[in-house]
Amino acid sequence: MTNKPIIKVENLVKKFGNFVANDHLNFEVYEGEIFGFLGANGAGKTTAIRILCGLSTPTSGNLNVAGFDIYKQTELIKRNIGYMSQKFSLYENLTLKENIRFYAGIYGLSSKEINKRMDNLLETLKIGDLRDKLIGSLPLGWKQKLAFSVAIFHRPRIVFLDEPTGGVDPITRRQFWDLIYQAANDGITIFVTTHYMDEAEYCDRVSIMVDGRIEALDTPAGLKKTYKVSNMDEVFLKLARAS
Amino acid sequence: MRTIGIIIRKEFIQIFRDKTMLPIIIVMPFVQLLVLVFAATFEMKQINMVIVDQDQSASSRRLISKFEGSPFFTIDGSTFSDEQANDELLAGRSDIILKIPNGFEKNLVSGEVSDVQLLVNAINATVAGLTNAYSNYVIADFNKQMISENVNIIQPVKLKSVDVTYSYWYNPELNYKIYMLPGILVILITIIGAFLAALNIVREKEMGTIEQINVTPVQKFQFITGKLVPFWIIAMFELGFGLTLGKIIFDIPIVGNLGVLFGFAGVYLLVALGLGLLVSTMASTQQQVMFIIFFFLLTFIMMSGIFTPVESMPDWAQKVNIINPFAYFMRVIRMVLLKGSGFRDISREFFSLLIYAAIILSLAVWRYRKTA
Repeated sequence: MTNKPIIKVENLVKKFGNFVANDHLNFEVYEGEIFGFLGANGAGKTTAIRILCGLSTPTSGNLNVAGFDIYKQTELIKRNIGYMSQKFSLYENLTLKENIRFYAGIYGLSSKEINKRMDNLLETLKIGDLRDKLIGSLPLGWKQKLAFSVAIFHRPRIVFLDEPTGGVDPITRRQFWDLIYQAANDGITIFVTTHYMDEAEYCDRVSIMVDGRIEALDTPAGLKKTYKVSNMDEVFLKLARAS
Repeated sequence: MRTIGIIIRKEFIQIFRDKTMLPIIIVMPFVQLLVLVFAATFEMKQINMVIVDQDQSASSRRLISKFEGSPFFTIDGSTFSDEQANDELLAGRSDIILKIPNGFEKNLVSGEVSDVQLLVNAINATVAGLTNAYSNYVIADFNKQMISENVNIIQPVKLKSVDVTYSYWYNPELNYKIYMLPGILVILITIIGAFLAALNIVREKEMGTIEQINVTPVQKFQFITGKLVPFWIIAMFELGFGLTLGKIIFDIPIVGNLGVLFGFAGVYLLVALGLGLLVSTMASTQQQVMFIIFFFLLTFIMMSGIFTPVESMPDWAQKVNIINPFAYFMRVIRMVLLKGSGFRDISREFFSLLIYAAIILSLAVWRYRKTA
């Protein structure tokens, strides 16, 4: 992990009519880190992540992702990022192989390269037998692990994960975080939103959003020290109640 | 190019993995052609007639027997009471009343004007018009006979009159099926193509997969092209399949060049599918798409000239048809299949649709938003 910022956000504001979803957000994400983006439901996490991915345009603010300006170089940003949305987004009526070939193909990977990486992936996950199974027939835990694998298949510099572990059991969540660590080891910057506070402990740094504003940003250890509590849950409750 | 190919391949896998798709593609043409071609006919086979013969003369009976002899009329009652006859009409048991008044024969022989009265159920104006025309034809025939017979008695002079001879070109037997079938083919390929294409993009929106595509560097025109081509191919196949069925089942004439027809169909489908895709980029649920497409389809089909000739529509309606892709293809498919029109004859329609397609597809690409 370096201290070279790969995402720079200055005064990001996003309004929907009178409602301010993101109220002057300022933060940086460093290359190679696992950055946790925490907050209660409706705090504005998804809005921010969608703006960073180029799915939504900010009302105002200066944003730079992977060295590109978010207003003028959206398509260049898209070449360098991966995204896994809250809504499950692999095609249920395609097999794993077909999903991978589709998404990787769109990113311009050659068929040879796709096959090579696919073999690798199936071997690491030990799921060679799932290759020709329809995604719709798999359990949710597997779907999410596969969605993540597809999101980083083209080896982006940053991957955005929007509540990737919603609705899965603790064991699967743990396995999912193993995958995240692996990706981080490979040099991919991880930007992850969650409202599970135990997951926050796995992050290098976390920011906590309350009502559209970032109320705190530090390492988990730093936050616990600042607020003089023993776990992230209490940090979060203190911040959320204070508002 | 490779990206477009990848999208097309994915679409085809998905289309044919859907178990209901193949039956729809194969069965729909069968059903539509068999049912609609037979059902949507204007031919009058059986006009039910009630007779009120108050004259009861040789002449009146002769007129009635003329009607009986016509293949179109079925005499299913005669009465002396006007009221009873009216009841029959009211109840829908008969379509027309023929009233022969007292003194019919007397007037006829004495050379005065004799009247008969026809009361036609005109709820359906088209049917009424035809009924009227057929009846007049029968009565005119009767007239001619009477005049020539009577004149012969008095004065053996050869009657001079202008004789009109008819010759029906392009559809000599006035076979309604031959006229309807091409029109139904147009509807068929449009429904299959436009609906499938329109529902497709919006389904990706509902599933959430479109977001995953929108974060990729795929270009807008690549995406739209990738969504257009599969349904274009299916609709073209459908046209070929429908024509083959038409040839086998109805022996429709294919006078013109099939290359011209398919070339034109290709451009037409760009417009039809383009409209579908345009709606699809604007709507957010399949339900919205269904309503919008249904509205346009219905309006366009009704105005296209499939049932009623466009030439007899009011001026403003003909102007509206400038933006009605159905109207172009409806005219051209009949011209090519029945008349054997060549490319020169349809070039105006061809280039109009080409421009139309360019506009619609540009709009669809423009309207498709990767960023909300």
